[in-house]
Amino acid sequence: MKLLYFAWVRERIGKVEEELHPPAEVTTVSDLVAWLAGRGEEYAYAFENPNVIRAAIDRRHVQPDTLIAGGREIAFFPPMTGG
Amino acid sequence: MTTTIRLQREDFDAAAEAGRLARGRTDIGAVVTFAGICRDHEDGRGVSALTLEHYPGMAEEEIARHVAEAERRWPLMGVTVIHRFGRMQPGDNIVLVVTASAHRQAAFEAASFLMDYLKTRAPFWKLEERLDGTDWVAAKESDDDAVARWDNQQP
Repeated sequence: MKLLYFAWVRERIGKVEEELHPPAEVTTVSDLVAWLAGRGEEYAYAFENPNVIRAAIDRRHVQPDTLIAGGREIAFFPPMTGG
Repeated sequence: MTTTIRLQREDFDAAAEAGRLARGRTDIGAVVTFAGICRDHEDGRGVSALTLEHYPGMAEEEIARHVAEAERRWPLMGVTVIHRFGRMQPGDNIVLVVTASAHRQAAFEAASFLMDYLKTRAPFWKLEERLDGTDWVAAKESDDDAVARWDNQQP
């Protein structure tokens, strides 16, 4: 799946996007956050407080317990500050 | 119903956009125009610039979903939403919402509804430049409260 990062999540990880294939036991958005956090110190830093991380699957907002199966593009970002 | 949604780096002309929405129509009785502008201070500290980052694709789709919801809730005749991205300096336009309806209440409420959702649900992030450094702007609880009031309210 394609992962996208925005704002300080992007800065901390040091990547705009990447293609990753998490193992089968990673089923929800929060599982994916936990799995990513274990990939290295830059990921651990980005996801140090999962409560403030927002996510979208295929360009729609989702919740931590949303299943990721079938998602092609998953984005992680901080709370939005537009307008 | 005329709907225009644009994300752009360039500036916009609020008066021209409002005029375009109502031009040639005699059934529109109210046009509300809201422009959000980059200001030179935040929490008592000087701000020299803002950079707006967005999620291309999702930003347009998310705004379109909220415009559709506004059209469902109020009898609107036209909506224009323009959101800029890139670096802006104090005095520069950031966002424009124009709503048109037969009567003022629908136009005022729909514009307010759209701005509350743009602030909290549209995928944009502000990076603030100050004299003492650069930081991502934190989301405000007052903005979450503002959007929550629409959840329990159906006109």
